[in-house]
Amino acid sequence: MQQEVVLALLAKEPSHGYQLRARLRDALGPLGDAMNGGQIYVTLGRLEKTGQVVVERAAGMPDRPDRKMYALTAAGQRRVADWLAEVNWPKPDLAEFHLKLLAAAAAHLADPVAIVDAQRRELLRRLRDAQRAAMAEPRESEAALLLEGIVLRLQADLRWLEACERTWTKPKASTRGER
Amino acid sequence: MSETMNQSMLRARGLRKEYGREASLVRAVDGVDVDVPAGETLAVMGPSGCGKSTLLHLLGGLDRPSAGEIWLDGQRIDQMSERGMAALRRDAVGFVFQAFHLMDELTAVENIELPALLAGRSPRAARRRATELLDQVGLADRARHLPAQLSGGQRQRVAIARALANSPRVVLADEPTGNLDSEATLDVLQLFESLHEAGQTLVIVTHDARIAATADRLISMRDGAFVDNTRLTGGTAGNLGALVGLDG
Repeated sequence: MQQEVVLALLAKEPSHGYQLRARLRDALGPLGDAMNGGQIYVTLGRLEKTGQVVVERAAGMPDRPDRKMYALTAAGQRRVADWLAEVNWPKPDLAEFHLKLLAAAAAHLADPVAIVDAQRRELLRRLRDAQRAAMAEPRESEAALLLEGIVLRLQADLRWLEACERTWTKPKASTRGER
Repeated sequence: MSETMNQSMLRARGLRKEYGREASLVRAVDGVDVDVPAGETLAVMGPSGCGKSTLLHLLGGLDRPSAGEIWLDGQRIDQMSERGMAALRRDAVGFVFQAFHLMDELTAVENIELPALLAGRSPRAARRRATELLDQVGLADRARHLPAQLSGGQRQRVAIARALANSPRVVLADEPTGNLDSEATLDVLQLFESLHEAGQTLVIVTHDARIAATADRLISMRDGAFVDNTRLTGGTAGNLGALVGLDG
């Protein structure tokens, strides 16, 4: 679990680990199913060691993980602020696929159009799963918005595959090599 | 062979449609075989001009093939008389178009009951059916609205209800979400899903990967011919987290 995400979940108020997990479940919906429940405690442990969160224990209570209350330190708060200001964006590696097509065509290893078709089938499977999850989700849920983003991205990738297909089906594309 | 024919709601063999002649000859559909089992949702995708809309028009009797044979529910339709074709389009096939094609001066419920009235149903039976269908597409409270008073998504749902008026054996849709935004598309997808669950046979020609992804089967078309035929079951085994890097 990304450290910044866990820190940001604590920005509103000190919380128990299980409360953070519940908040993540709401935010991610079916996408959170792949998450390992223990991960958040591992991350919280690391954040505690590096001084970004502190643990408060209710007085007179036995020392059990579910009794621990986590809170941000000043360093943790700064990290959250920095993270919010970041403009990093996850990027799919289109260059790799592009180079795969070029290499396959140049060396006559495989038909680029067949590679595009196989890739399209795979993306359509993913889109199918995301679309079905989106249809099962209540419209106003937090997870529905995330699913919409995933659906839109997959659509964009599929449109690029259409462009790849158009290029590689042209009989005399200069990059296609001699026949 | 005859067994397959009995199972197919829609079947075509050696289907061709040509326009123009000699040097300017265009083979819009170039030797296509199709089998759509009853209850299947089939999506046909392909670039503009690949012949997918022409194929849909042939399958629904809106146009006649240059060559080849078509059966709908076991009945040969490519050689039918004009009158037979008209009855077929009215009773056995439901069409949904990108631009909705609703009658502007008729209310939602009047648009939906029109095919039933044309088929000779009593006004009372036609209205009862139209009211049911409006409810089914989630627009019971919009019965008296004119198309201009409805959103694009609502208009398309009315158009789908109209396509169902005579309980057709197959619904053919040509770019049904082409004019819709993301949310209205979701409504239409959900509607198709419920039709699918009710056993309706659906053939959808589309650019929209979301429709293709939710169909039982996907055919890709290029230059008038089928180049790929995919069943999209299996998927990512429900590991949606992998789509956003949340796995592991």
